[in-house]
Amino acid sequence: MSAVTVPAPALAPANQTLVIESPRRRAWRRLRRRPAAMVALAVIAVMILAALLAPWIAPYDPIQQSWRAVRKAPSAANWFGSDEVGRDILSRVIYGARASLSAGIISVGIALGIGVPLGLAAGYLGGWTDALLSRLTDAMLAVPFLILAIALAAFLGPSLTNAMIAIGITATPIFLRLTRGQVLAVRAEDYVEAARAVGNPHWRIALRHILPNVMPPLIVQVTLTIATAVIAEASLSFLGLGQQPPAPSWGSMLNTAQRFLSQAPWMAVFPGLAIFVTVLAFNILGDGLRDALDPRTK
Amino acid sequence: MLTVISKRLTQLVPTLFFVSVLIFGLQHLLPGDPALVMAGEERDPVVIEQIRRQYRLDQPIPVQYLHWVRGVLSGDLGESMRLKEPVLDLVRQKLPVTLQLAVMSMIVALVLGVTLGILSAVYRGRTLDHLVNVVGLAGISTPNFWLGIMMILFFAVELGWLPASGYVSPFEDWRQSLATTIMPAFVLGNSIAGVIMRHTRSAMIQALDSDYVRTARAKGLSEGSVVLKHAMRNALTPVITLGALEFGTLLSGAVLTEQIFSIPGFGKLIVDAVFNRDYAVVQGVVLVTATTYIALNLLADIGYILVNPRLRA
Amino acid sequence: MRSILAAGAIAIAALGLAPTHASAQSTLRIGLAEDPDVLDPTLARTYVGRIVFASICDKLFDIDAKLNIVPQLALSHETSADGREVTIKLRPNVRFHDGEPMDAKAVKFSLDRHLGMQGSFRRSELSVVDAIEVVDPTTVRLKLKAPFAPLLATLTDRAGMMVSPKAAEAAGDRFGAAPVCAGPYRFVERVQQDRIVVERFADYWDKDKVSIDRIVYRPIADSTVRLANLKAGQLDLIERPLATDVPEIKKDRNLTLQSVTELGYQGMTLNVANGDAAKNPLGQSAKVRRALELAIDRDAINQVTFNGLFTPANQWVAPDNAWYDKRNPVPGRDVAAAKKLLAEAGVKASLAIDFMVPNNPETRQVAEVIQAMAAEAGFDMKIRVVEFATGLSEAEQGRYQAFMLAWSGRPDPDGNIYSFAKTNGPLNYGKFSSPDLDQALEESRTATTREGRKAAYDKVADVWLKDGSVIYLYHRAMLIAHTNKLKGFTLLPDGMVRVVGLKMN
Repeated sequence: MSAVTVPAPALAPANQTLVIESPRRRAWRRLRRRPAAMVALAVIAVMILAALLAPWIAPYDPIQQSWRAVRKAPSAANWFGSDEVGRDILSRVIYGARASLSAGIISVGIALGIGVPLGLAAGYLGGWTDALLSRLTDAMLAVPFLILAIALAAFLGPSLTNAMIAIGITATPIFLRLTRGQVLAVRAEDYVEAARAVGNPHWRIALRHILPNVMPPLIVQVTLTIATAVIAEASLSFLGLGQQPPAPSWGSMLNTAQRFLSQAPWMAVFPGLAIFVTVLAFNILGDGLRDALDPRTK
Repeated sequence: MLTVISKRLTQLVPTLFFVSVLIFGLQHLLPGDPALVMAGEERDPVVIEQIRRQYRLDQPIPVQYLHWVRGVLSGDLGESMRLKEPVLDLVRQKLPVTLQLAVMSMIVALVLGVTLGILSAVYRGRTLDHLVNVVGLAGISTPNFWLGIMMILFFAVELGWLPASGYVSPFEDWRQSLATTIMPAFVLGNSIAGVIMRHTRSAMIQALDSDYVRTARAKGLSEGSVVLKHAMRNALTPVITLGALEFGTLLSGAVLTEQIFSIPGFGKLIVDAVFNRDYAVVQGVVLVTATTYIALNLLADIGYILVNPRLRA
Repeated sequence: MRSILAAGAIAIAALGLAPTHASAQSTLRIGLAEDPDVLDPTLARTYVGRIVFASICDKLFDIDAKLNIVPQLALSHETSADGREVTIKLRPNVRFHDGEPMDAKAVKFSLDRHLGMQGSFRRSELSVVDAIEVVDPTTVRLKLKAPFAPLLATLTDRAGMMVSPKAAEAAGDRFGAAPVCAGPYRFVERVQQDRIVVERFADYWDKDKVSIDRIVYRPIADSTVRLANLKAGQLDLIERPLATDVPEIKKDRNLTLQSVTELGYQGMTLNVANGDAAKNPLGQSAKVRRALELAIDRDAINQVTFNGLFTPANQWVAPDNAWYDKRNPVPGRDVAAAKKLLAEAGVKASLAIDFMVPNNPETRQVAEVIQAMAAEAGFDMKIRVVEFATGLSEAEQGRYQAFMLAWSGRPDPDGNIYSFAKTNGPLNYGKFSSPDLDQALEESRTATTREGRKAAYDKVADVWLKDGSVIYLYHRAMLIAHTNKLKGFTLLPDGMVRVVGLKMN
């Protein structure tokens, strides 16, 4: 928090446009100064790379069974051990990154894409739009997350894509609500009143003045929802509505491992660790971004 | 104030209407025939037809919906096809269990989450911050079922300190009741504590950097008083909303945890009902949890207004 | 994290919250794998429900370890020469839990209820019964529409359970909320999804052999947790632990494991004539179906998934069953022969198959193994995991090509084959149809001698095992694990927990 190189103006965001450096560039510069966030970013990059390069870096075919090597402990041949039908767990963890990362990122992307604009609209416009959207949000939030996701996924048909859509839709109301709540809090601020007084159009006020203020809690929520989404994918896989066998996802690997916790703990340890490290990385990155994006912090 | 509350109360009606349509519609969109599920291995076509008629499954969906709404308005939530028990009785049986577990989990979550969040914000960027972060995140990064089974294997099987699973009502034996619910409450609370911690931290940092806190500091108030009196009051807003939201989720979202610990609450009831296409149970339970949830939201909104006086207007 | 947990646990222990064990009454605590459905013998349909019925509702007949039919509430039976009349002598002085006499009138009432009640799942099992006559207070006569060999076997299950007419009339279709039967234990209470409690019935006809005061049934779905409860001493007996947990159970000196081959089977149903999905080489050609069978290594499935504890299957009854057709032993794997059959059937490229698999971790694992095996012979099995309810509808409507299907089994072979293979049989998901087979199946029911039935079943096997629409895979070992404190328990092939004769030390 110390050693401020460039004195960033501690002014209200309405005046931000006066600064020559773009907010995005400034955020990146600030983020680079946070070692934890950079490590997290590196971890996420490695995970994404692993997912993309899976065919080249995985030591074995992730679905190749070997019935003579069922549930073998980690060894030189299988670094992470083998699973219930003798598949290499390391290879499955690498390939599983594809399913689990896309489940996390794409579903949250869907939720953001629908939730934020609607939340902005509801909070800023108020009136009937707000009433209708808020009631719908209340209704969706009032129905249990897993029930909604199960129903949607079962209706769409079992596949990874449909699971992502189901998780995304189910996670939408929380973004809508959060955005709306922040908008309501910010709308009363002086600089927004001022912007409105000088005759800025609604969309401009929403995008320029309100959205940046909505960002910090949203980013925190995004990182947390990615975590939830990865685990939700696991739950849906558990119910047969996620990744279809034999293709792996971390969640489905963990669920399979549940039956063998005492005999073959490595089956649970490695996919569990992959989920843990990824979620942790997203959270630390989100945290760093929060500080970097927040115009009020130096 | 009163007008705000009365306004919110009138909003209950459209929300509940949406909930009922949503859940009714979704259920009927699902593949699967309740009569077939009910018959299971005993596939007698004549009897399956009887069941369809008995539960009006042979009628158009809007007619079924209207029939259900009429029942609800006269205080009848219908009957479980699978268990042959009135849904109202099932709700009455499960509600106290779920409430107890939810309250206990919320206590765990708030104590852990708020404490860790404040610590992390005050010591932002330092080792303690990172440490607290990892602890808090461990909760949300660990799937509930996994932590649950681990705790059972460790505390019930290895050490023999706690019963492995099951539930005892506090009115029967409060000690046993506490013993049976403490592990699931910890698992659930732990998974929420991370979320609460993050939001507390975030809000606390914002508050600590704000002008009024700077002013308070400038006035020479002690750091402890600045943190607890000035910053926390404002930081509580998102925590209140979130607390209410999460409590609502606890009422029905504890599915896998309830399953692992064999806690006979709403979560297990509703998931079994979804998979058995026991329509009346799903609708009834969702209606009840939704109403509770919305009521909690109302309370949260009032809390919002109380701590943020500018919104009172 | 661990240390925080540990600290918390120490606090718990200090508060004295640790489970208490002592109790004056003797209680048997049983862990069930699922929550039973309604406890009304007429309306019930689940396997776990039958485990609870075993303590509260006695039946007219029972089975023994060799699947012979032995009397329970009945004393004896006699079938007329033409096979159309069965006269049953009843055990005298038997009372229901509400004190009502279990006599011929009550038997007639119960059977009529099974036959006529709205939504009765016993109706089809007893549909051959035309009328029930009360001959005298301890004799009933069943008049049949046609000779029906499996009748007595049917009366060893729920159709043979007698209910108190007074209680049943008063409760109507809510009878299951508080069932009143004539078993060794009487129903006390049920908390849905939590517990079912029964207590010793003082006036039970065989009360000297009943020594445990109470039985508590607890549904615990997760097998790891169920076993944990047993090991931690919170349960005394659990049903269906996982085969892969058997080494762990055997290592525990406080536990006993019992195992017996199930009456049912696990198999793969193929769609041969149910809608458009059947219009492909697998559905149309028996050769392709045999090729798929030859591609599968049943021993390997058993070893890989079940530690070799189960029994590879190729028929609707297990190889040690008296009705097993010894002329057709379990075939071995032969990939070359499978490929040859595929070539003969004109299948050139890899054959894609929509493989519907119920969402059960073990079944899913078996499906993955089969997928890998079949791939070597030229089948591309595309696994589609479905939850239970969806699977039933999809199967009914023929939206599958292969379907992993389990059958819980019946003591009489009729229950394992008739409805599955008969044209338009309710369980004939693949819509297989063969007049020869239908005729043989009818013969198996009407034959009055054991030899006659066996001959009929051999005819069934000739058609069904060659052309049929089910590939049998394995018979599970019914596993029960219990504490050594429990004495006198014997496991029969139906997997039930019979409570008469049990003792807790």
